[in-house]
Amino acid sequence: MVVSPILRPPPGPVATADFSAPEPVVHAVEVRDLVKRYGDFEAVRGVAFDVGEGETFGFLGPNGAGKSTTIRMLCTLVEPTAGSARVAGYDVVAGRAAVRQNIGLVFQDTTLDDYLTAEENLRFHAELYGMPKAIIPERLQAVMEMVGLWERRKSLVRTFSGGMKRRLEIGRGLLHAPRVLFLDEPTVGLDPQTRSSIWAYINELKKRERITIFLTTHYMDEAEYCDRIAIMNAGEIVVLDTPEALKASVGRDRVVIQTADDDAAMRALQDRFDIRSAIHEGHVTFSVPGGEEFVPVLFAELGVPIKSVSVARPSLDDVFMSYTGTTIRDAESSASERLRANPMARARR
Amino acid sequence: MTTTVAAPLSVRVPGGTFRDDFRAAKIVWRRELIRFSRNRIRIVTSLMQPVLFLFVLGSGLGGITRGVTGRLNFKTFMFPGVLAMAVLFTAIFSAISIVWDREFGFMREMLVAPVRRSSIVIGKCLGGATVATGQGIVMLLLAGAVGVPYNVALFAILIGELMLIAIALTSFGVMAAARMTQVESFQVVMQFFVLPMFFLSGAFFPLTNIPTWLRTLTVIDPLSYGVDPMRRAVFARLHNVSPATMRTLAPGMHWDGWRVPTLLELGIVFGIGVLMISIAIMQFQKAE
Repeated sequence: MVVSPILRPPPGPVATADFSAPEPVVHAVEVRDLVKRYGDFEAVRGVAFDVGEGETFGFLGPNGAGKSTTIRMLCTLVEPTAGSARVAGYDVVAGRAAVRQNIGLVFQDTTLDDYLTAEENLRFHAELYGMPKAIIPERLQAVMEMVGLWERRKSLVRTFSGGMKRRLEIGRGLLHAPRVLFLDEPTVGLDPQTRSSIWAYINELKKRERITIFLTTHYMDEAEYCDRIAIMNAGEIVVLDTPEALKASVGRDRVVIQTADDDAAMRALQDRFDIRSAIHEGHVTFSVPGGEEFVPVLFAELGVPIKSVSVARPSLDDVFMSYTGTTIRDAESSASERLRANPMARARR
Repeated sequence: MTTTVAAPLSVRVPGGTFRDDFRAAKIVWRRELIRFSRNRIRIVTSLMQPVLFLFVLGSGLGGITRGVTGRLNFKTFMFPGVLAMAVLFTAIFSAISIVWDREFGFMREMLVAPVRRSSIVIGKCLGGATVATGQGIVMLLLAGAVGVPYNVALFAILIGELMLIAIALTSFGVMAAARMTQVESFQVVMQFFVLPMFFLSGAFFPLTNIPTWLRTLTVIDPLSYGVDPMRRAVFARLHNVSPATMRTLAPGMHWDGWRVPTLLELGIVFGIGVLMISIAIMQFQKAE
């Protein structure tokens, strides 16, 4: 699809700077060797990727992996130490205002004014983003209906629940018709039910508007909603692909068994099948290719009574594990240690 | 492609045109007014203090100052000072909202917008100043109760002067709040500046028979240059003030014996406002 004949080069002196003028847009986001250092601490260690127009792209990784720092560089909130990035066709350093005009932002923490009504919050945004006055009422109603808050438009935001606030923020992020919507951990701190309702709204939005969504999450199940995922760990992109391809690449199923004697079962797995297993949430867990075919063999040859068996297709947890050699939870604790050792980086996070 | 929510917008790229910045400043200004009007307790409490000073302290001190003020009511003398007080506390309190905004995240919504930071700072300062001037005007309505005539010209002058003071003081508060993350630290800093600034301004006592060290301090207090023109504007329209009383109660500001003209006094207040806004803008440009 040919995008954006509607973009005009910025007026004034900015337009004369070559690199800030929009090039023919191929990708909504283009990142080349992006680096961010805080002192000696390298929060982002040279990442490179492209995000296509209309794609939903997810950054998956533990807290402290550099997801937020990367997203902040793309949103022009933090200047890169090295490398370059273009968002909606504009350079994030040279074309800062243009990038800002073309992106919507939803942060981890709420940025609404509690003492204004929902509608006043959106109006504030519309004026700040210089939206043409004539289209504001219509557009405002459209986004408020989309996030299901039109009926509550006259209510003060302080009377809203956490989920409603987040929905309002997503609506506000869309108000000025951005080309790229950034969602930094859009569902963090919300209960599971609200999380899934937020996702229902995001999916609905994808159907209605042609928009590129760039999100970060450390919830594996949310990453499943993305067209493509980049797994980030310790400041680097470990792997980037569709969720299906990532899961297929692991090639192993996860088998969880309950036995009469777990220690004996683990020894037997090692001795007879050369399979390494571990106790995970109280059960013996291991992964094998073709898990379902393996179950009869297991019963015949393990030599330890088995109480139950479950076989699961690889999850993104397994993907994360197989590419980083650690679970996302362990990666999170080591990342927080990394940050503890660098108080400056933490303070700026 | 499925139906879109609205027809595609023509996305404008703001080049930081004057119109964009003006609109941004205007909406930031309007938000201050909306927030203030929603906070009825704040409206009432910020008027309580000046009313208390004027009628309780003013009446009390009036009894012992009659020898100096003669036929002039001490409350009349205090009135301009109380106007300044109403503006002072509202203006400084408005600036606290910057710290709140940062704490509750709304600041970020403003800082990531594709407009110049300066327009946000100016909107914020003018918003706080408008609210503060409004409080001053409410106090001004009490003029008749303390023997100040309801004179159109006088009111116009006083309102103009209140606006100047309000802008300078709000800007000072915004400048101080620019990099602060905790409301507590803002309050400590303000205690350190606001009360001395107020006491030294001559709002409650004439700066005539005071020791030299105190006079020096009053000369460097910017608020002195705001209170003095208001007092002289009021006194000029009273009929029961003898030249001697005038000299005692409204001597004007002096630099080494030289009477500072009213226009220069107002210029100083204005200049300080501009300086404070400029520093505040610089502070905000560095933020985030």
